[in-house]
Amino acid sequence: MTLTLVSVYPDLLGTYGDSGNVVVLQRRLAWRGIPVTVVTTSARDPLPTSGDLYVLGGSEDDHQSLALERLRASAGLSTALDAGAHVFGVCAGLQLLGESIRDVHGVEHPGLGLLDVTTYRLPHRVVGEVVGDFTQAPGLPALTGFANHGSGSRLGPTAQPLARIRSGAGNDGADVTAGSQEGAVQGRVVATYLHGPVLARNPAFADWLLERVVGEPLEPLAAGPAEALHDERVRSS
Amino acid sequence: MRARSKWFAVPAVVVFRLAWLAGMLSRATGRGVGGTFPGRIALALRPTALRDLTADRTVVLVSGTNGKTTTTRFLSTAIAGQGEVVTNGGGANLLPGLVTAFLPPPSPSAVAVLEVDEAVLPLAIEQMKPRLVVLLNLSRDQLDRFQEVGSHVLRWAAALRTQPTVQVVANADDPLVVAAVLRAELPEQAVTWVAAGAPWRSDAPLCPLCGHAWDMRAEPWSCDSCGATAPRANWSMQGTGAIVDARGQVVPMQLALGGRAAAANAVMAAAAADLLGVAAAAAVERFAGVEDVDGRYRTQVVAGRRVQLLLAKNPAGWLEVLDQLQAAPGELLLGINARTADGMDPSWLWDVPFEKLRGRKVVVFGERGLDLSVRLHYAEVDHTVAESVMTALASTDGDALVAANYTAFVSARAELRVAAA
Repeated sequence: MTLTLVSVYPDLLGTYGDSGNVVVLQRRLAWRGIPVTVVTTSARDPLPTSGDLYVLGGSEDDHQSLALERLRASAGLSTALDAGAHVFGVCAGLQLLGESIRDVHGVEHPGLGLLDVTTYRLPHRVVGEVVGDFTQAPGLPALTGFANHGSGSRLGPTAQPLARIRSGAGNDGADVTAGSQEGAVQGRVVATYLHGPVLARNPAFADWLLERVVGEPLEPLAAGPAEALHDERVRSS
Repeated sequence: MRARSKWFAVPAVVVFRLAWLAGMLSRATGRGVGGTFPGRIALALRPTALRDLTADRTVVLVSGTNGKTTTTRFLSTAIAGQGEVVTNGGGANLLPGLVTAFLPPPSPSAVAVLEVDEAVLPLAIEQMKPRLVVLLNLSRDQLDRFQEVGSHVLRWAAALRTQPTVQVVANADDPLVVAAVLRAELPEQAVTWVAAGAPWRSDAPLCPLCGHAWDMRAEPWSCDSCGATAPRANWSMQGTGAIVDARGQVVPMQLALGGRAAAANAVMAAAAADLLGVAAAAAVERFAGVEDVDGRYRTQVVAGRRVQLLLAKNPAGWLEVLDQLQAAPGELLLGINARTADGMDPSWLWDVPFEKLRGRKVVVFGERGLDLSVRLHYAEVDHTVAESVMTALASTDGDALVAANYTAFVSARAELRVAAA
């Protein structure tokens, strides 16, 4: 069986290098000999519904609005999710998976409703390194990434935080509050605010995501520069 | 209303002389911060310094994400034969750097050719009332520090709209630049369009004029919704070997600086020089003498090996430099830092198609060398990691090409200069 990774509208959701997450996932499967294809979609195309893992990245506000509009119109993502697919969203990707987004002008827009989070404007943009401890995947080494967002998100009762903050800002943008929530997990939807890209900086997290999709443990890969970068980032934050 | 500085009582000429002296003193005592200290002092004592120093002066501003320093150098070199030229060749392109370029105040007839940071351009236009503005390109850069790219388009347009007599030389191939110029609603004859190329298009996924999701890679670009399209260019390039001027004359060009981006900067500079009274043939002849732009493109001999240094700060810049790296036979040494001046988040490395370097051997260096190493690892590019440009060089043989982002470039430039001496 070939796994299909769908890069969701990287032309719109690709401002912060997050399409790197797709490259990381693709290579880590291919290096293990697991057949994988990547479908890169454009905002001009309908979203395929037969993917196994859908990856969404961060974006500018205008581009996020259009991506949300397209995703809502096509219903491809919820159809795929209902059929058993997994979804991974970063930053704007996290926000648009949620219940609602309040924009710069204070207007509230409905999200895709796949994640129990609501998004609101922060008084100040959050920018900087973040380190957290995974709560949904307790065996994993620390989460490291770079936050850069002008909105914050609040989790509802159905979603669980992905991690608790050790240093830096969490979903709510409050800086250096140990214990703040970072990201969200709800069923087969996993989301984070962190760039880096986050899966390039957290190879064990990338494998955790892939194991959920594949449905069984993956054989380990030899440690390389990704593990060295992870440790360097955690140490220096 | 903000209180005015009491230094306003002091004649401007005294303030500017004082600021310049302070700069000299700071440099002489070795505490100097080079290109911006006198400007900082002048602005602190006299917030209108830039306006005062450029009143009644011919000012040309060069802005865009990439190529500012090289284009400014080409243009100031081209018009140097006509009289005194004031410029900020060291790349100090924020307000203090612009003011410093005029300290001590030059003769009133001196023409100013200044590169301006793309975020500072609106303020610079408002204060300096330039005769000519050269707009090169717009793309993502230092997203942790500056607004997202789209906001520059609106701010550029608003600033240009306040200048009824300004002339603009603009890159017709960059949809974001074109949108800024069209939104300014300048008279048709005020704009000279140059087909200078724009290989990086990823910051315009939507038509910048109507917001429609268009095919941003179409060549030439056009919007199937509002009909906007690349303006018919007055000037263009024939590869990197010739430019075509507004009268249709083909002018052969042989630059010492390599690569497509340098040739694109040259055609933009030639179009601007033409408006200042220097014909393309004369301009191009002078461009050929530019061998090094503040260390960019510089080739030095280190222990018998030729080592060339290139600057690439963001995905659009790296896209251009990758072509040069692919074409060059030597060792490739790539440096990455992530200090404030670089942007603190090197995630953008994943926007660069480093896969193009597969089959080459690369050495990475710099404070964030590991980030680049991870990028190359996933791109399946064979590489090693070194501490600095000199240790990277020592780990290889033969001629080498060094490409680095801003602060990594500055460090490498200094280390190579010492090693070559």
